[in-house]
Amino acid sequence: MRNFLSDKVTQIQPSGIRKFFDIVSEMKDAISLGVGEPDFETPWHIRDEGIYAFEKGRTFYTSNSGLLPLREEISNYIQRTQGVKYNPANEILVTVGGSEAIDIGLRALINNGDEVIIPQPSYVSYAPCSYLAGGKNVIINLKAENEFRLTPDELENAITPKTKVLILPYPNNPTGAIMEKSDLEKIAKIIVEHDIFVISDEIYSELTYKGKHVSIISFEGMRERTLLINGFSKSYAMTGWRLGYCCGPDWLIKQMTKIHQYAIMCAPTISQYAAVEALKNGDEDVKMMRESYNQRRRFLIDSFKKMGLECFEPYGAFYVFPCIKEFGMTSEEFATKFLQEEKVAAVPGTAFGDSGEGYLRISYAYSLEKLKIAMERLERFVNKLRK
Amino acid sequence: MREQLLALIEKNSRIGISELAVLLGKEEIDVANEIKKLEEERVICGYHTLIDWEKTSIEKVSAIIEVRVTLQRGQGFDKIAQRIYNYPEVKSVYLISGGFDLMVTLEEKSLKEIAAFVSDKLSTLDNVLSTGTHFVLKRYKEHGTILDEVKEDSREVVTP
Repeated sequence: MRNFLSDKVTQIQPSGIRKFFDIVSEMKDAISLGVGEPDFETPWHIRDEGIYAFEKGRTFYTSNSGLLPLREEISNYIQRTQGVKYNPANEILVTVGGSEAIDIGLRALINNGDEVIIPQPSYVSYAPCSYLAGGKNVIINLKAENEFRLTPDELENAITPKTKVLILPYPNNPTGAIMEKSDLEKIAKIIVEHDIFVISDEIYSELTYKGKHVSIISFEGMRERTLLINGFSKSYAMTGWRLGYCCGPDWLIKQMTKIHQYAIMCAPTISQYAAVEALKNGDEDVKMMRESYNQRRRFLIDSFKKMGLECFEPYGAFYVFPCIKEFGMTSEEFATKFLQEEKVAAVPGTAFGDSGEGYLRISYAYSLEKLKIAMERLERFVNKLRK
Repeated sequence: MREQLLALIEKNSRIGISELAVLLGKEEIDVANEIKKLEEERVICGYHTLIDWEKTSIEKVSAIIEVRVTLQRGQGFDKIAQRIYNYPEVKSVYLISGGFDLMVTLEEKSLKEIAAFVSDKLSTLDNVLSTGTHFVLKRYKEHGTILDEVKEDSREVVTP
C-alpha cells in the first residue's frame, strides 16, 4: 500500500501537551495543575438559556456568520470594552471556539512563504496552523526579564520584507503575561510602519488583574489591520460549548466566511443562543470568577516567594510560570520527576515553545484547597532537590 | 476590601488572617482591623457551621410556621417578633410581605415538641391571629450550599 498521508501533516509534531497528558493519565490520584480551562461550570442562567433553546427546538443551522442577535451583542461588547465599533452585518464571524478563528484567519491571509511572526511561549496552535496555511514561522523567544511581553526591539528584529502577519497572544497562555497600553502603543507604531497584519488572540481578555484589558484595535491605524479573536470559553467558563468569534475588516471576514462556510457551516446553534445570554447578563459571573482567580493567583505567587522559587508576577489568564532553572533539569525532567515523586502534574514550559525551557506552566483553574495541597508538595519537592 | 473580605468569609469563616491577607493582597494588620470593625458594627454577627444533621444520630425536626398577627396601638411588628424570637428553639424570624406577616423557623427534637410550641406558646400570644405549620421533610440547599453535592472534576487532566 502507498503512503496516503500528506507530507505536510506528517511533518507537524503532535502537541507536547499530548505527550504529557498520556503520562499523567496513567498515574492514579495525581493532582493535576495542567488544565487550560476554567474549573467553574458555566453559570446556570447561561446553561438554562441553552436548555430553553433545546426546548424551543432551536436545532437548526444558523446563518454562516452566526445568529445576528449574537453578532449584535458581540459588537456592543467590543464597543463598551474597547470603544471600537464593528458592524455586525459584515465584520463579525462566530466560530467554533477561538481556535477555528486562528486557523481560518491564517488560511485567509497567508500565501506560500509569507512570514508569520509568533512570539513564544504561547498557545500551541499558532505555529502548526500557520504552517498548514503555507506560512513560514518566525519565532520570537520572549524573555522572563521582560515579563514575557513583546518588546519593540524584539519585534523590529523579527521583521523582514516577507513579514505579513504578527500573532499577538495576550493575555498569554502559558505565561500569564499581559501587554499594557504603553507596551502596545510602541509596537502598534512599528506594525503600521511596516504594514503588517495582526492576529490578536484575546481569549483571556476578561481575566486580567491589573486594570482592564486593552486591545491593540484601540490604537490608531490598527482596527483595519487586526483580526481580533475572542470567545466564550475562558470568560464565561464555556469551553465545552465550542464558541468563539472574531472581528475584523470586512474584506477579511468575507474571505474567512467562505472557509467557515465550507468547512464548518456554522457554529453550534444551541451554544449561540446561550452566548447571547452570557453577553447580556453575564458580567456579574465574570467578576466573581475573576476575583476568585485573582485570589488563587496571589496565593500561588505568595507560595513561590515563601519557597524561594523565582517567578515574575503575571497579571493575566489563569497561569503562573515559575522558573526552575536553579535545579539544573530540563522542564520535562522536572515535570516528570515532580509527577512521579509528588503526584502533581504541571505542564513543562517547552510544550509552548523552546523558550519555555526552564519554566513550568501551573494553572490555577483549581480550588484553593487543591492548590494548597499542590503547593505543600511542591515545597517539599524543591527542598529535597536543593539538599 | 470590605466586599471581597465578606464574600470570602461568608463562604468559609475558618480562613485565617494571614491567608486572607494573601488572598486579598492586603497587609495582615489591615485585614485584622477590618474584621474587628465589621464585628463591632455587627456586620459580622457570628461564625456558624453548616451541619447536615440528617447524617448524624441526633434527632432534629424543623418547621416553618406562617404567623398572621394583629397589631395594637403601641405594638408594632418588632414587638411581636421579639416575643417570638426570644424563645431559644426559634431559629429565625422574618417579617414577610404577602398573605401572612411573620415567618418563623423552629427546630426541636420531635414533632410533638413542635406541636406543643405552636399550640401552647405561639398561638396563645395575644397578637397572633392564626398559624400555619409546615414541617421540613428534606433539606436540599442551605446557606447557598447544596448539601448532598459531591463535586467531581470531570475535566481532562491536561489540556492546552
